[in-house]
Amino acid sequence: MSEFMIRRFFQSAIVILAMSAIVFFGVNVVGDPVDMLINPEADQADIEATIRALGLDRPIGEQYLFFLKGIWVGDFGKSFIFGQPALQLILQRMPATMELAFAALFLSIIIGIPLGLFAGLKPESKVSKGIMASSIMGFSLPTFWVGLMMIIIFAVELGWLPSTGRGDTATFLGITSSLFTLDGLSHVCLPAFNLALLKISLVVRLTRAGTREAVHQDYIKFARAKGLSNRRIVGVHLLKNILIPVVTVIGLEFGSLIAFSVVTETIFAWPGMGKLLIESILVLDRPVIVAYLMIIVALFVFINLVVDIVYSLLDPRVRLRDQGA
Amino acid sequence: MSTEATPNLAGADGAAQAAPELAETGAVVETPFKRFVSEFFESRVAMGALFTLVAIIVAAILAPLITPQDPYDLGQVDIMDGRLPPGSEAFAEYTMVLGSDGAGRDLYSAILYGLRISLAVGITSGLIAIAIGMSVGLLAAYVGGRVEAIIMRIVDLQLSFPAALVALMLVALLGKGIDKIILALVVAQWAYYARTVRGSALVERSKEYVEAAASLGLSHARIMFRHILPNCLAPLIVVGTIQTAHAIALEATLSFLGVGLPQTEPSLGVLIANGFEYMLSGKYWISVFPGLALLITIVSINLVGDQLRDVLNPRLKR
Amino acid sequence: MRNVTTSVGCACAAVALMAGLATSVSAESLTIGISAEATSVDPHFHNLTPNNQIATHIFGGLVNQDSKQTMLPGLAVSWKPIDDLTWEFKLREGVKFHDGTDFNADDVVCSFTRAPDVPNSPSSFGTYTKGKTVVKVDDMTVHIKTETPYPVMVNDVSLIHIVSNEKGCSGTTEQFNNGDVTVGTGPYKFVSYTPGEKIVLTGNPDYWGDKPVFSDVTLRPIKSSPSRVAALLAGDVDMIDGVPTADLATLKKNDDLQISEGVSNRVIYLHLDHFRDDSPFVKAKDGGPIKNPLRDAKVRKAISMAISREAIAERVMEGQAIPAGQLLPDGFFGVSENLKPMEYDAKGAKALLTEAGYPDGFQLRIHGPNDRYINDAKIAEAIAQMLTRVGVQTDVETMPRSVYFKRASRGSPEGLPEFSFVLVGWGAGSGEASSPLRALLHTYDKDRGFGASNRGRYSNAEVDKLIEEALATVDDAKRQDLLAKATEIAIEDGGIIPLHYQVNAWAAKKGISYRARTDEQTRAYDVFKE
Repeated sequence: MSEFMIRRFFQSAIVILAMSAIVFFGVNVVGDPVDMLINPEADQADIEATIRALGLDRPIGEQYLFFLKGIWVGDFGKSFIFGQPALQLILQRMPATMELAFAALFLSIIIGIPLGLFAGLKPESKVSKGIMASSIMGFSLPTFWVGLMMIIIFAVELGWLPSTGRGDTATFLGITSSLFTLDGLSHVCLPAFNLALLKISLVVRLTRAGTREAVHQDYIKFARAKGLSNRRIVGVHLLKNILIPVVTVIGLEFGSLIAFSVVTETIFAWPGMGKLLIESILVLDRPVIVAYLMIIVALFVFINLVVDIVYSLLDPRVRLRDQGA
Repeated sequence: MSTEATPNLAGADGAAQAAPELAETGAVVETPFKRFVSEFFESRVAMGALFTLVAIIVAAILAPLITPQDPYDLGQVDIMDGRLPPGSEAFAEYTMVLGSDGAGRDLYSAILYGLRISLAVGITSGLIAIAIGMSVGLLAAYVGGRVEAIIMRIVDLQLSFPAALVALMLVALLGKGIDKIILALVVAQWAYYARTVRGSALVERSKEYVEAAASLGLSHARIMFRHILPNCLAPLIVVGTIQTAHAIALEATLSFLGVGLPQTEPSLGVLIANGFEYMLSGKYWISVFPGLALLITIVSINLVGDQLRDVLNPRLKR
Repeated sequence: MRNVTTSVGCACAAVALMAGLATSVSAESLTIGISAEATSVDPHFHNLTPNNQIATHIFGGLVNQDSKQTMLPGLAVSWKPIDDLTWEFKLREGVKFHDGTDFNADDVVCSFTRAPDVPNSPSSFGTYTKGKTVVKVDDMTVHIKTETPYPVMVNDVSLIHIVSNEKGCSGTTEQFNNGDVTVGTGPYKFVSYTPGEKIVLTGNPDYWGDKPVFSDVTLRPIKSSPSRVAALLAGDVDMIDGVPTADLATLKKNDDLQISEGVSNRVIYLHLDHFRDDSPFVKAKDGGPIKNPLRDAKVRKAISMAISREAIAERVMEGQAIPAGQLLPDGFFGVSENLKPMEYDAKGAKALLTEAGYPDGFQLRIHGPNDRYINDAKIAEAIAQMLTRVGVQTDVETMPRSVYFKRASRGSPEGLPEFSFVLVGWGAGSGEASSPLRALLHTYDKDRGFGASNRGRYSNAEVDKLIEEALATVDDAKRQDLLAKATEIAIEDGGIIPLHYQVNAWAAKKGISYRARTDEQTRAYDVFKE
């Protein structure tokens, strides 16, 4: 067990190091951030001063070593355009993205599971076919297009919800979030639904597939034979069994919610880290791009590691295979 | 939209697990292809989707012959024709059935030409990703041991990242351009294929016919590609179909974010993104028609993929 | 699907309704959706328009630029050159900082010391302070000394914001961002700054000038243009800047909205390769090598004649542009009265090309950014269409500004401009003609800071001489003539080909109007009620 963990830890460290090199060198060959930063009125001497101040006059290898040295003490470098530590910038924006992703996750479960259950129990009904057709539309429509359509319909035409931005925040149990205020909730509705659209389709399909398989299983047949009410069979026995795989997949999809928040945040002017990333890419704020990607890589590697360790604890075969390899 | 949703939607897992049963069913039916065709067309929706898809592809290929304008030839595009509503007469005396966009391109022509680029990007990246993923997956399953362990760790790692993020990251590193988009999409996709192929190849490898072939002294490459691979194709086709739809959608999203293809020779995604700014101006056609074209394309690919999966996956047939 | 969706929708709507009741909106509040976000509240951190427009709310310079970039008294009530090398500024009496401390000469001296020297500054204010020494004469008088005569002193001084000697001068950028030292003399006081989300300001009742109309101001960055327009239409913001040309016609028809427009100091122009005989993106008609025809003044004139500026302004810019004949629109200091936009004349262009020895034209590629100026990529396409019609077969390559400007300025292997024919824009921050003349048309001279953006390496000794003479002439009338003369020679020689001046638009709810600014800034202080 401990050998496994040590090995995995080293593997992860190597992955992160390799990614840091790829990302760092990759980002540094595109364009030139100086032209993005400097006032056009600046003359040649000013431009050179800025290049020196940002350390861009050094050889790229030296810059990389400097960067690695910084990481060692938790310093990802300073943002070119904000002048603040890149890590701090990203952490500042993280809560907004997280609450958006959680809200989307919540919506996809409370909307997706009932619909999927219905479609699975009555596969031949017209409503079920409608649900399945909508779910195909759900993952075929481009997110950005749907996003603006939602703004036009719900904010501009109907005036029900605010069009863009994040609402007021409040602190509850030590967490500051806009999910704790009414204003905040009204702001999060549209972007969360936009982000959830894809996942709703996914949950509908997973739940439907699970239900269709489960209704033929013995335990359901047995429950029916015992004369349990339909409501109880579906609500307790069936749901309990199909929920586990659905929730597992949804959990793993959390990462992709964070990734896709880039699009949603751009359209809804949501001040999260996805918007920060795309803006940093457009103005070549290299330290922020690198730090964002490094954080994401580390996050995913960590999740992976945890998942693997938990699996190996639960499933002896995983351990055996690892030793074999 | 999201490529990462694919394993679950397309059932890369399901397909891989289903492979043994597949192979068995394939073995008892005399003409599997005929049966497959008749089963596929059992669903009218799938049939309609397939015909739509074929029509779209043919139209895209024949674009230069059936459109009044080459939207990439600036000698033929006139800004004076910009933003005309559907049915207007262009300066060069043809009717713009779907209107024109902000730069004066005939939208009907631009959509068909854009479709070419979108499909080319989706299919090319898909094929390259399949070639890479297939070889890697086969190798892993066939060789096993340390090689397999390393390959599969890389695959797992890659799969733990959302494909959209991988692609976004890559275009940020590589810059714009059609070749770079294709490269980004290949990197974002290959791992799905590797896992799918490995899953079914593992099952095949333990079959007797492989042992028989090996005892006949056939080369490893021959066994891998001539004997194992054909039996792994079914799940690969399913995953491939739906991945292509995702690749096309992903390209559109990247273009919208401003890191996709250049605007002067627009793909469908770029057309939508360009039309995006007109959505509040009442000039609906600039964004809506390319959007519809993209929607119809992706939905029909997805419907075809869905039906393929249902037909090829016997577990759902009860 | 519909049921659940509807119920979720209803829940959301209910939440919105309750939230609406919870927050009562005061009549004096103003929320503006802005297209470009400031990177800091520190007025000396980043010399770029989005930052400077925030700084003008809270701080203020010795000299203020009004909406037409005319220099008006700010924290200084008067100024004059007392000799060739010294300017005297008399300060305004009785001005207080937001924290109640008095404003005096010490604040000016320390602000000029801090401005060029902020750590991690991506674009330093040193551009405006270098070569100047600020000396306190008494509490209400300062002298600014230079080594050579410096006529554009007032313009430079107007761009340096005055912070408090007690707080701001020793403050860090972070302390400005969190409000610890964000104390100015401007019409608005700082309340809060949430990066990516909003900047909140409150009116300063003790402001020395006209009191601000709106007491509560929120500036919300919304970069995506359709989203910004949607936010206005939905009533989430009261006003937006950067109204996209695509939506302008529709918004003008909307009775609930009011549009304010104004020409900017930004000229969109073409730069041509003046310095290479073998230019990389110019080819003969058959694709073979050719001696760079762009070095021939006749060819440059033909290109200018082949472009219909009216068509670009009307069709591509949807009326949001004014055809340009020089570097700045009428009314700015240093413009020439004799220069008019080149008339569109395709036949004349062809004739000129023939005269220059290119009856069949040649091949050319135009390079431009696609995310920098209003409709930049479309303008490049339109120009390519027009040139192709007179025989100069032109194709287009556009790229994001992050890649474009490096290549256009120093992208060749030798560090020279890479392209042959580029589309660029120039906004004169100082509000007079010497800014574009010295940066775009003076011979490239790294050591003296001339021609920094001369991406065609245009070089004309006569123009250089006039520019340098103007920059050393303190007398306004004389300088005006020199600048106008330099502009005339350079434009008639085809040093650059001006296309149009951008017209910027702001849209607001009925009853709110904006004094459109030529410097493209959005300031709450210039918003008024009707």
